[in-house]
Amino acid sequence: MFDGQTAETLARMQFAFTVSFHIIFPAFSIGLASYLAVLNAQWLRTGDETYYTLFEYWKKIFAVAFGMGVVSGIVMSYQFGTNWSVFSDKTGPVLGPLMAYEVLSAFFLEAGFLGIMLFGRARVGDRLHMFATAMVAFGTLMSATWILSVNSWMQTPAGYSINEVGQFVPEDWWQIVFNPSFPYRLVHMVLAAFLTTALVVGGVGALHLLRDKTDAAARRIFSMAMWMLVLVAPMQIFAGDMHGLNTLEHQPAKVMAMEGHYDSHPEGAPLILFGLPNAETKSIDYAIQIPKLSSLILKHDLNAPLAGLDTIPDADEPPVAIVFWSFRVMVGLGFAMAGLGLWSLWWRLRGRLHDSRWLHRASIVMGPMGFVAVLAGWITTEVGRQPFTVYGLLRTSDSLAPVSAPAVAASLTAFVIVYFFIFGAGTFYILRMMNKAPATRNLGLRDGPVRAAGITPAQQVDRDITDDPTPQGN
Amino acid sequence: MLFDLSFIWAGIIAFAVLTYVVLDGFDLGVGILFPFATSERDRATMMNSIAPVWDGNETWLVLGGGGLFAVFPLAYAVIMPALYMPITLMLLALVFRGVAFEYRWRTTRWRGVWDSAFFGGSVVAATMQGIALGALVQGVEIEGRAYAGGWWDWLTLFSVLTGLAVLTGYALLGATWLNMKTEGELQCQMRGYARWLGAGTLAAIGLVSLLTPFQDPEYFRRWFNLPGSLFSLLVPGLVALCSYALFQGLKGTRDAQPFLAALGLFVLSFIGIGISFYPFIVPPGLTIAEAAAPDESLMFTLVGAAVLVPLILGYTAYAYWVFRGKINPEEGYH
Repeated sequence: MFDGQTAETLARMQFAFTVSFHIIFPAFSIGLASYLAVLNAQWLRTGDETYYTLFEYWKKIFAVAFGMGVVSGIVMSYQFGTNWSVFSDKTGPVLGPLMAYEVLSAFFLEAGFLGIMLFGRARVGDRLHMFATAMVAFGTLMSATWILSVNSWMQTPAGYSINEVGQFVPEDWWQIVFNPSFPYRLVHMVLAAFLTTALVVGGVGALHLLRDKTDAAARRIFSMAMWMLVLVAPMQIFAGDMHGLNTLEHQPAKVMAMEGHYDSHPEGAPLILFGLPNAETKSIDYAIQIPKLSSLILKHDLNAPLAGLDTIPDADEPPVAIVFWSFRVMVGLGFAMAGLGLWSLWWRLRGRLHDSRWLHRASIVMGPMGFVAVLAGWITTEVGRQPFTVYGLLRTSDSLAPVSAPAVAASLTAFVIVYFFIFGAGTFYILRMMNKAPATRNLGLRDGPVRAAGITPAQQVDRDITDDPTPQGN
Repeated sequence: MLFDLSFIWAGIIAFAVLTYVVLDGFDLGVGILFPFATSERDRATMMNSIAPVWDGNETWLVLGGGGLFAVFPLAYAVIMPALYMPITLMLLALVFRGVAFEYRWRTTRWRGVWDSAFFGGSVVAATMQGIALGALVQGVEIEGRAYAGGWWDWLTLFSVLTGLAVLTGYALLGATWLNMKTEGELQCQMRGYARWLGAGTLAAIGLVSLLTPFQDPEYFRRWFNLPGSLFSLLVPGLVALCSYALFQGLKGTRDAQPFLAALGLFVLSFIGIGISFYPFIVPPGLTIAEAAAPDESLMFTLVGAAVLVPLILGYTAYAYWVFRGKINPEEGYH
């Protein structure tokens, strides 16, 4: 299956594959955990049963997504050692403690309170249950903080020295944790997680609105998700721009690849909207560009000079085509999210948020797009860091473990097969759960005028009885 | 230095690994015993007995790995490639097992598949952990700062034996846990299994203990000289005490006693391994001091561990307290 590949290529493929699968779940569970905390708090505050219904509904979806996140995360924590042991030896003194803090302050918190959040309401009461829910949400955010500190340090290393055996040795922990790109990256990722969740939640709400626009739960879901989009999508565009400027300062080659600037532009660089990066001729074929706009965006000056990849040694150049395209996918989707938010705001202000069929259809289409944008964003930043694992200091080719190609090929094959099977099934279950409308708890009959003169509409009863096809005595 | 940081850390890592072994040990054990349940109701009870806590239990494995990376990066960099295949198989097994907790309730047609995933994942994960332990005990070849052995070095008769020993031991933990958490027929059944598994575990402990000193002359010397010989003298007595408590408890109504006795056997075995290893972290060539990260890393992490580990133990104990007592088969959230 992977004949003729070197151990390094295979190890990179394996890391890219497992980390791409993994990032999907935290991107969803970070946002969903906070959403659950809000729903639970709103229920306790207002006593509105719809919030309770929604909490129970999303809780089960969260449990499945979280389970997949946990197992794929455990794989990541060991892969540094199995495939990238030289990297582990060299960066361990700096990155290891940050990861240890992630485990101590985040993973245990999530895992410790997850059981109480999922199973314990009847045993601990509403208040402690609320506390557990908040701790799970807090844990996901703590986890994001530490792991983004790790990743940011690899992108913009600071606060270290190098000892006689070539290890990075910590000098200043404050500089290591709060390295130059960390604040931007953290904000960008957490907002991305919230947006991803808002899109999924909004898509589910829209689906059930299309089926029944009087469904109180679906109306609540959709409205909350669209508020989130309206507020967060513009913030994200702003945060992304700030992050880009930071990258230009610390990782210029990455920005050159993102922008497709093979050549230097001493008198103002154009913004290349589309084109085909050509690695042979080192130019963008069929480029559609707007003169001077890139200089305006990156330097806030039409005529500011911008250096191109011609100033970077070939051996230090990141793969342009991948970064160029993934960046465009991410930015395009970001604007689409903001557009969807504005569209919903327009209908909301006219009082018809729950009536616009086309808005609902568009929300369903946009439902999974947060995941695509998150993946594209990570590809941009990680591939853009190549050929280094620690930017400018440690090459990817010098990070590899002494493993043989067949060993990595065998494990890669196993991971691919297992992941598609396991996470395919999980995705199927989550989609099937989402396909069911949230049901209220009083005998499964929903709120509102469902009875007319003591007669329960047959369709209503039907739906509630078949709501959970798994008979298991609870 | 009066308090050498690397040795404090070796103690913390050892504590994390031991905690992992006893906690995930019993929930892996429940998975190993899963197919022996005679009804769907029993299977649901078995799984519900660990559903609220398994995730926290498994986090100790992440702390073991993450902690090793943080404070003994060289040991981490040597052990992981040396145990490439057993570690990869263990991870894949844990993937299967971990999702089964949620998946089996989401489908009727495929429930059997996820039940097998739960069982198979538990068996493979337990066996691979035992094999990894055995492979470590028999020694890892190092050159410079990297693993220098072959791809199959981990697979020997000795490591297979330790694999089976851990499998049996985890099953014993699972059976005694279920004896404590369940009632009626299921409890009776598990009690019966616990007797056989207890005998099997004792036999395995004896066999592995007899073979270990011959894996390396250093071990031999250590076990039959002070201070190791103190333990060699003490251990048969303590093991006998635990065994007595185990089998006695299985006759009576003190349902927690067999579980605690089984935990005792694990703690004793673990201390035994510690005596063989000390002061090495990867025998025969890499000591705790050599593998340690610089003091700046050890100190920074120690501050966090000193505050957070007690906190973790506190809320973990609380979570166990919340779900204390016998499992009510009617209770569950699915």
